[in-house]
This record gives sequence, C-alpha cells and structure tokens, in this order.
Amino acid sequence: MFGEPIPRREDPRLLTGQGRFLDDLGRDALAAAFVRSPHAHARILDIDVSAAVDVDGLVAIYTWEDLPGRVGDPLPLLIPHPALTHGRTGRPLARETVRYAGEPVAMVVAADRYLAEDAAGLVRVEYEPLPAVVGIDAAARAEHLVHDDVPGNVAAVLVQETGDAAAAIAAAPHTLEFDLAIERSAATPLEGRGVYARWDAADGSLRVYSSTQSSTAVRGAVAARLGLPAGKVEVVAPDVGGGFGVKIVHPWPEEVLVPWAARLLDRPVKWAEDRREHFVAAAHERGQQHHVRVGFDGEGRVLGLDVRIRHDHGAYTPYGIIIPIVTSTQLLGPYKIGAYRAEVTSLYTNTVIVTPYRGAGRPQGVFCMERTMDRIARHLGRDRADVRAANFIRPHEFPYDQGLTFQDGRPLIYDSGDYPALLRELRKLIGWDTFAELRARDGRRLGIGLGCYVEGTGVGPYEGGHVEIDTAGRVHVATGLTSQGQGHQTVFAQIAAAELGVPIEDVHVTTGDTRRFGYAVGTFASRAAVMSGNAIALACRKVRAKALRVAGEALEADPADLEITGGTVHVRGDRAAGVPLRTVAVLSNPLRYAFDEQSAAATQFAGGGSLDEPPVARGDEPGLEARDYYSPVRSTFAAGAHAAIVEVDPDTAEVRILRYAVLHDCGRLINPRIVEGQIHGGVAQGIAGALYERMAYDETGQLQNASFMDFLMPYATEIPRIETAHLETPSPLNPLGVKGAGEAGVIPVSAVIASAIEDAEGFVVDAMPLSPDELFRLRRRD
Amino acid sequence: MTEPTYEIALTVNGVHRTARAPARRLLSDFLRHDLGLTGTHVGCEHGVCGCCTILLDGAPARACLTFAVTAGGAEITTVEGLAAPDGTLSPVQRAFQECHALQCGFCTPGFLCTVTALLRENPHPSDEEIVEGLSGNLCRCTGYQNIVAAVRRAAGED
Repeated sequence: MFGEPIPRREDPRLLTGQGRFLDDLGRDALAAAFVRSPHAHARILDIDVSAAVDVDGLVAIYTWEDLPGRVGDPLPLLIPHPALTHGRTGRPLARETVRYAGEPVAMVVAADRYLAEDAAGLVRVEYEPLPAVVGIDAAARAEHLVHDDVPGNVAAVLVQETGDAAAAIAAAPHTLEFDLAIERSAATPLEGRGVYARWDAADGSLRVYSSTQSSTAVRGAVAARLGLPAGKVEVVAPDVGGGFGVKIVHPWPEEVLVPWAARLLDRPVKWAEDRREHFVAAAHERGQQHHVRVGFDGEGRVLGLDVRIRHDHGAYTPYGIIIPIVTSTQLLGPYKIGAYRAEVTSLYTNTVIVTPYRGAGRPQGVFCMERTMDRIARHLGRDRADVRAANFIRPHEFPYDQGLTFQDGRPLIYDSGDYPALLRELRKLIGWDTFAELRARDGRRLGIGLGCYVEGTGVGPYEGGHVEIDTAGRVHVATGLTSQGQGHQTVFAQIAAAELGVPIEDVHVTTGDTRRFGYAVGTFASRAAVMSGNAIALACRKVRAKALRVAGEALEADPADLEITGGTVHVRGDRAAGVPLRTVAVLSNPLRYAFDEQSAAATQFAGGGSLDEPPVARGDEPGLEARDYYSPVRSTFAAGAHAAIVEVDPDTAEVRILRYAVLHDCGRLINPRIVEGQIHGGVAQGIAGALYERMAYDETGQLQNASFMDFLMPYATEIPRIETAHLETPSPLNPLGVKGAGEAGVIPVSAVIASAIEDAEGFVVDAMPLSPDELFRLRRRD
Repeated sequence: MTEPTYEIALTVNGVHRTARAPARRLLSDFLRHDLGLTGTHVGCEHGVCGCCTILLDGAPARACLTFAVTAGGAEITTVEGLAAPDGTLSPVQRAFQECHALQCGFCTPGFLCTVTALLRENPHPSDEEIVEGLSGNLCRCTGYQNIVAAVRRAAGED
C-alpha cells in the first residue's frame, strides 16, 4: 500500500461535480463585495455612500469608521523576524491612506453579488493621489516613501554569513561580478480566495468556511479579532481549488470582515473573490534583484560568494521576510561554498503584497547559484555539469551543516542526499554527453541547460493526527493541515492502511477542519507528507498497540504474537481465529448500555476482566483511538536536478522546449503517481514563470495585465511532456523517511531554461522571464 | 427599484428546469446559484479559463459568457450529467481518474465537458489534435501531461 501508485480517493467526487468548493456552499448567504482603491497611493478625503443606499437588496455598507475595536486594527505581522525592523501591515479596510491599487476601502453586503457590486460601484470615494513607488529601483532611490515612518522604504536588512566571503573572493584565482533579476509573478490558483461565515446566535458560536491553507490559523486570528473564545469559532477548509502559497496568508481582510458582518447582521455572509480581485488584491511573489560576486579556482570550485539581494515585498509585510530568507539560505543548493555572505534589503513599493508562491524564494536563489555555475563554466571553458560536480556535497558528508540559519530559525543542516547520483542520472536521461553531436546533426538553433537545487521541506513546528476505529470497523483519520489538490485523502489513507493493516476502503480522511482536529500549522513548504504523514503514522502505531492489547485479552494471547491483516487481529501465522477491529473497538469501550447485539459484548454483565480492577484501567482511555504529533528537530532536505533542450527560432525568437527531464529525490515515495503529478504541475508553473508570466505594473502602480487575457498562463499548447525519474534517499529524521514534494518542480526551471537559451544563443541571459521580444532585443544588443 | 426577472425554462442533464432570473444573470451563476448545480465552476468570468465550460445543445460553451435568458429552451449538459444515471463514470471521467488528470479538481468539470465534446466529434484524435482541443482550458495543477494522457486513454489509444 505504502509506495503504490493507487488512484486517488478524492477523484470520484471531483469528477462528478460533487466537490464542495467555497462558493458551492451557502446558497442562502448574503453576498459581500468590496470597494477597492483605484490608486496605488492616495489619501482618502471622503467616502460618500448616499448614492449606493438606494440599491434594492442592499443590506449594509461598512467603512473603516464602522469597525469596532480590534476589527479595524492593522492585520497581524505573522512572522516577526528580528531583522524586520520596520514591519507594516494593512487594515481590513483602509484608514486615511491607501498604498496599492486594489486595497479594500469599503465593504458592501447585499442580497446577491450582482446587487452588492451595483452598490459598490455607487460608493463615491474622494482621493488625493500621492506619488507611487513602483519597482525595486524606485523603492531604493526612496525619492518618495510608501510609509511616512519608514525611512528609505527599507523594512528589513538581513545578513546571512559563514566564513569571510570578502577575503575568500579577494584571494581567489578567478572572480566574476554580475547582476541577476527575476520579475514578479503570482500563484494564481483557478479558484480565488473566499470566505463564508454563519453565526449561531443561540449558541454564540461562529462557523467559518475559508479557501485557506491553514484553517487553525484563521480560527486563531478570527477569534482574537472578534473577541470570541477559540472554542466558539470553527473553521473549515472545504475543497480548495489550488493554493500554491497565496492562501497561506491569514487573516485576509475579508476573513476578518465577513465573519464580523455575519455576527453583526446575524445572517450568513459570503464573499468569493473574482479574477480581477485576485490579481490586484491577493498577493504576488518572485520580484527580486541580485548582485553576485564570486571567487573560484581553476576547477570551478567556489571559494567565496557574496550576494546582495533587493527584495520587493509590496505595500505591507504581513508574511514578514520569509521569501528572501529562503532565497539567501537555499541559494547554496547542493554545493559546498567556501565562504558565503548574503545581504538582503527588503523594500516597500506601492504594489500588491508579496507572500510565498510555490518555491517561496527558492527559484530566485537557485537562479543565482545556477547562473553563477554557468558563468564559472563559461569563464573557465569547462563543462557546466562538471563544474557543478566539482562543488557537490558528497554522500558521505551528511548530515551537512551549511553554517546558516534556515527559515524555521534552526541550523541549516542537510539530512541526507546523493547529489552526484542525481546529476549522473540526469545526464543519462537527457543525453547531456551526446547533445553536441545531436545539435551538429540537427541544424536547428538548439540549446541544452541544467539546474540543481536543494529544497528544505517539512518545516515545523508540528502537525498532529487523530485516528479512531469505530464499531463498524471504519478508520477515521483526521489532521488539521489542509488540502488544495495534493491528494492528502489518498496518501494519508495509504499511510494509515499500511500502519494498521486495514483495507484502504475502510479509511476515511478529514483535513483542515477544526471540528475534527484543532491543532495544526498549515500546508506550505512541502510539509504535508512529512508533518501530517508522520503524525498520522505515529497515531496509528498507538491505536495498533491498543488494538493488539485489547484483542490479546479477548484471544488470550500475548499481544507480541498478534498482527493485523485485512482489518482482523489474529495470531501471527493463523488467520483462522481472529477478532475483527470493529469488535476490538466495541471491547475497548466498556458500556453500561448496549445499542445493538454487537455492543452487548462490552456491557458490564457480559463478563470478562478482573472484578478487582476498574473497567477502564488507570492511564487507559475508552475507545480505540489515539492522537499523536510529529514535531521535527529540523527540516528535511529534498533535492533534484533538471535539464531541458530548447529550440529558439532565429527569426521570431520564440522558445520551444523540446525536452524537459527531472531527476527528483524526496526520500521514500508514498504514492509515486501523486509525486509525479506534483512535479508536472510545478515544472509547468516554472515554465510559466520562465517564459510567459509577469506582473506588468506601469509607473503609476496600475497592474496592466490583471486578467487571464493579458497574464499569459500557459495552456496545454505551451507545456512540453516532462520526463521524470526518482532517487530515494530516505530522511533519517522521521519515522517514514519522507521529505516532501509539493514545490520541487517549480524551483530550478527559470535557471534551467535560461541556461538552455544561453547555450543556444551564445550570449548571457541574466533576467527572467524572457519573452520573444526581450530575446529579440538581447540578440540585437549582442 | 426592483430588477425585473424572467422565467427561464430549459433542460439540464435531461431534467426540465424552470427558474426566474434577471436579464443579466450569467448562465454560470444561474446553474450554480438558481438551480443548485455547483459542479460548473467559475474561474475568470471573462471566458479565458474554461472552468465554466458546459455543453449547450451538445456543443461546448462558456457559461460565464452566456446570459441565462438566452439559454431558454436549450438542452444543457453539465458535469453532473456526464456519468450514467446509475452513477457509472463516463469513459472520459474514468480516464481522468486512471491517468491522475486532476489535482484540486476546480478546472476539471470544464475539461471533462470539453473532452466529451472533442471525442464525440473526433473519436480518435492525434496528439496534436488533443493538445489543440484542450487549448481553451486552463489548469494550474497538473501541467496538462496527464490530461493529454487521459484523453488518449478515453479515446482507446493506449
């Protein structure tokens, strides 16, 4: 079961239109719509709602003035890193100043969304426009400020350092210095954000559904803002139509306001984000510039590396500076870098906030490191793969301490891996060593590129699992972590079935529902399999031990001699005489009242057990259930190597990816088919970021391509077939030996495609994405 | 001022349905909110993503670019109507599961309707025709590879 590519258990529902996504719920709910700032930076002078109040079906209009107490306070700064000296967050509705086009200014509640938008369109807001700060260069020049009280537009300066990089570079036989840049893009799941809240006045409780990557965090935030005990707020993540990072942010303004309005109005209220809102009012990522200085020897071994990173985090910093922290640490990849220094400057701009998008700073870091490797190879006239091989950490050097602090505040120590094997297999898969002949024969303008990466996965602090076997033999598994399409209902069921020895058909998995599991962190950083997977395995082991003990009493056998097969506990080697788990569940719960024939066996007069002992032994609990947590001392580190062969059109400068190959190591595979699906999707997003997608802001802070007509998300016509192969170096850090796979595919793609285009064209590619017109300009410059 | 509404009668998944809605109600919203058929999803409301694709008199159509009032008298199939009445999945639905052609499942109803129509018109498409046939539907999860494989399988080509 564990390790098998079984079909997904969530599919029948999703294939027949029986999914329950946010906007599929709450048919009786009022609809919310938002008035959003059309200006990137402006002072709000007046809000006039008089024209809107006549709209039929209007229920309420709220501005910041209407928000009581903590409801109108600035949203939390989720990750208060000490380097973030000037962290600033927005309010649910703007007060006095707006700092990006799309910032919410007023909320309208009406009978349906059409009417709510009618009313929103009639709210007149008078603004005094202020100069907008757009782009990293403008932010750094700081001729204008995004926040009056943040000098230089600088939110944070962070240094990561090991050894004396400046001295190492100065003493190195060869040095290079150059700039690298990655533009803004966005996660862009096909389902936008959304929240739906119901207030139960009689019970004084609130139920919130949110299209979120962390239902427990939303619960904590909503309860705090509304002054409710957490026990009176339940948050459910229903089917979530993709997240890719953007839905880990919480609470969104709408997640505070919709529940607040539902309680105030004592009516269910729902808001489902539309596509334009998602572009201008959710979050973006990736925009970062890097200045690199590197010193190396004649073999291409890096002796010293200094990287200055300028990060554009948009108008506010609710998610802190995780992205450049990840860039500056994961930049080192699978390599032993002699001495290293990274200095991050995180800058405010009058644009949409920046929070993690699949990869979360890694694509930028890998772009830096891999472009550097290619530059070194070019400088020395050596093979690009050989230069990488010269720098690899060797398999016997694990655990390998990079000497830095990772995004979880813990030392950056790699747990396991075999990077030379990854590269060796990749070279075979793509035909690296025979490509020169192929190109000579082919005649088209072809290029080959490669890129390697290490991904810290499975970050803490913890996840939990609850496992209960009921008296019908059903196994109920719950974890607080949410799902957005990763197949958790399948892989967690595979783990439970394997641990318990039950048919997978008997296993039922619930994720992201605080009613079932109240303690959780969330789904991000490729952590679900590592964190919840191991927590569920540990909980299953507890349940299994109890099942063997209870069954041992019934069978008068030593639990050590028992095993579970097909949902029945039996003496090892003798499947004839056994007791099914449903009966064990009955026996585990001493009853006064029988509710059917089977449960009669557990009543006080059914006999069995010592009359000198209590029916529930000290330290024991009724029921066949257990809860356990997995909390790792450090992250696990997955790795991979990608390669691509591209064809560039000599006339139109169009880039066509002829082959794309992936060698991937995420430790033990729970379900290879699901892992491959994650890789395919990640690579597709990587290709999107390398060739097509960007956020086109003009100098006034207007997003010019805020629709799917102008933001070029690839269709099937743009994405090539992806060839995959796996290496499995188990993690020694967790019981299952897994590492996590969700983000892997996207990480090195921009580096790989840049490497291949550079190989085809002969000139340096130092910024991505690269559109045909940009490639055309590079040719003319060259 | 109360908005005038119009009675809209049509056949959805073989069942005659009637409801009143204003002239501006999109067919996607009408199916989802007035008729309660939430399997048809809305991903962009400007006709680019294809999530809302349904079969309108047998041909794929964007429900988000269609006013419900214009669909009066039409014969509509949504994702809820693709399986057999006894719940047996259609060959396209089955192929999507077998090939792991869906992840979050949000775009899936649009793909299923698109592919159902594609194979009805061209039961044995070439790889190029498959990719071309899928080129009006966005998926953010799968990278399309397994969707292409599923179409091939549904067509009995593998």
